[in-house]
Amino acid sequence: MNPLPEHPDFLWRNPEPKRSYDVVIVGAGGHGLATAHYLAKNHGITNVAVLEKGWLAGGNMARNTTIIRSNYLWDESAGIYEHALKLWEGLEDDLGYPILFSQRGVLNLAHSLQDVRDSVRRVEANVLNGVDAEWLTPDEVKKVCPIVNTSQEIRYPVLGATYQPRAGIAKHDYVAWGFARRADEAGIDLIQDCEVTGFTTDGDRVTGVRTTRGDIAAGKVALCAAGHTSVLTDMLGLRVPIQSHPLQALVSELLEPVHPTVVMSNAVHVYVSQAHKGELVMGAGIDSYNGYGQRGAFHIIERQMAAAVELFPVFARAHLLRTWGGIVDVTPDASPIVGHTPYENVYLNCGWGTGGFKATPGVGWCMAHTIAHDEPHPFNAPFTLERFVTGALVDEHGAAAVAH
Amino acid sequence: MQLIECPWCGPREEVEFHYGGQAHVAYPADPQALSDEEWAHYVFFRDNPKGLFTERWSHSVGCRRWFNAVRDTATYRFQASS
Ligand SMILES: Cc1cc2nc3c(=O)[nH]c(=O)nc-3n(C[C@H](O)[C@H](O)[C@H](O)COP(=O)(O)OP(=O)(O)OC[C@H]3O[C@@H](n4cnc5c(N)ncnc54)[C@H](O)[C@@H]3O)c2cc1C
Ligand SMILES: [Zn+2]
Repeated sequence: MNPLPEHPDFLWRNPEPKRSYDVVIVGAGGHGLATAHYLAKNHGITNVAVLEKGWLAGGNMARNTTIIRSNYLWDESAGIYEHALKLWEGLEDDLGYPILFSQRGVLNLAHSLQDVRDSVRRVEANVLNGVDAEWLTPDEVKKVCPIVNTSQEIRYPVLGATYQPRAGIAKHDYVAWGFARRADEAGIDLIQDCEVTGFTTDGDRVTGVRTTRGDIAAGKVALCAAGHTSVLTDMLGLRVPIQSHPLQALVSELLEPVHPTVVMSNAVHVYVSQAHKGELVMGAGIDSYNGYGQRGAFHIIERQMAAAVELFPVFARAHLLRTWGGIVDVTPDASPIVGHTPYENVYLNCGWGTGGFKATPGVGWCMAHTIAHDEPHPFNAPFTLERFVTGALVDEHGAAAVAH
Repeated sequence: MQLIECPWCGPREEVEFHYGGQAHVAYPADPQALSDEEWAHYVFFRDNPKGLFTERWSHSVGCRRWFNAVRDTATYRFQASS
């Protein structure tokens, strides 16, 4: 049994905002909190505030399906996600807090000849990058996850899968609370109920943020607002190539352990794992339209359930308990934007779309480095805002084993 | 399920429609004259407001015609379509 963590109220102070900080981080999701932790731990920078308009880690951090993997095709992506995965492997010790990181592996299913070719190519690329990856036949898939329907008679038969044994899931709330506790211990102020509503600027520099709790001066500002980044950058007159979309997930009632790994499928578009407590946790694709409402359309859930039941016939008897939505920020190349902006002391972290939870420690590490040295870390250097102008697209659509 | 007003067919269920993103993104009048940055903005950058948004929809399983709509991206409510 894992020890239960303390009640979150006692994990950090709830300070009044000071009038000035060396670094202001906007957004107390996983990314903002991890950035704060590594600013203190790796760089000794602690005169920092993390401002959150709602409650700590109540955005996408609380809403995601917690899949962690690093089996991306391109070198740039393998670099940053594998850096994150290595940090996940030591995170419980670093934070001194349980995060229920479970390396139960991930299967990415292939359903067509082209899927198979793309998957095998990705496995080879992963291996060249030192990322653990294997190609499994349908029979081998069945051994890893006996409840997958490997019948060749269904509409999208399973023709095989890539397998990353080191991939897995973690308990998202505990991850956030663990980072928050460490940042708080280092003296960093975590300030909830504090929405950034504007900026004060002086030429190419930002001098501070306007908030619902008063103006706060800032030496440097890091935007870690996930789906709401455009709302902030619009206030700065800065255009970013992201579109915000609802993304939904759902859980079943508690079941006996039936599902030992993580299964993802692009073609029929469902991904599923079984939470530690026993719920089946499932996600689907994004809703097509732009939205900020933190809910989505019902037909997306219907389609996702149809796909899930075809792939996992045993799910047909499970009851759906609840559904919810988050708002994800999608870029044209399905890769993040991390680094400098035209404002010399404003740093951007956005565009992680449907897959940024897995990056949490890695991106926090790289953001902290970028802020501390005013220079990107080698792992985030490729993910600039300029790449859309220079044509140097990172381009993980399809290649990343995500379809959106 | 959300009803969307097709200007030609009337209110129909959301599943009959296909989303086309921001409306009124005009092809550059003088493409030769554009800088790389201007091209990037034409190809990759779109508005992403929280609030009213003018966007394109196609009634893809109905009359198959494209139309413009104004929708609130915070409430998802359609204000107008034409
Ligand atoms: C349904 C769903 C499933 C997902 N599944 C996975 C998955 O399996 N694996 C994976 O890797 N990723 C997944 N993701 C994506 C992942 O959740 C995000 O990429 C990641 O959480 C984004 O970073 P974050 O944690 O900092 O964002 P968030 O937790 O959204 O943090 C941003 C914070 O900024 C705050 N904020 C916004 N505007 C302001 C403002 N003006 N002032 C102050 N605060 C502000 C928000 O309230 C929010 O708390 C999923 C997302 C969703 C919605
Ligand atoms: Zn019509």
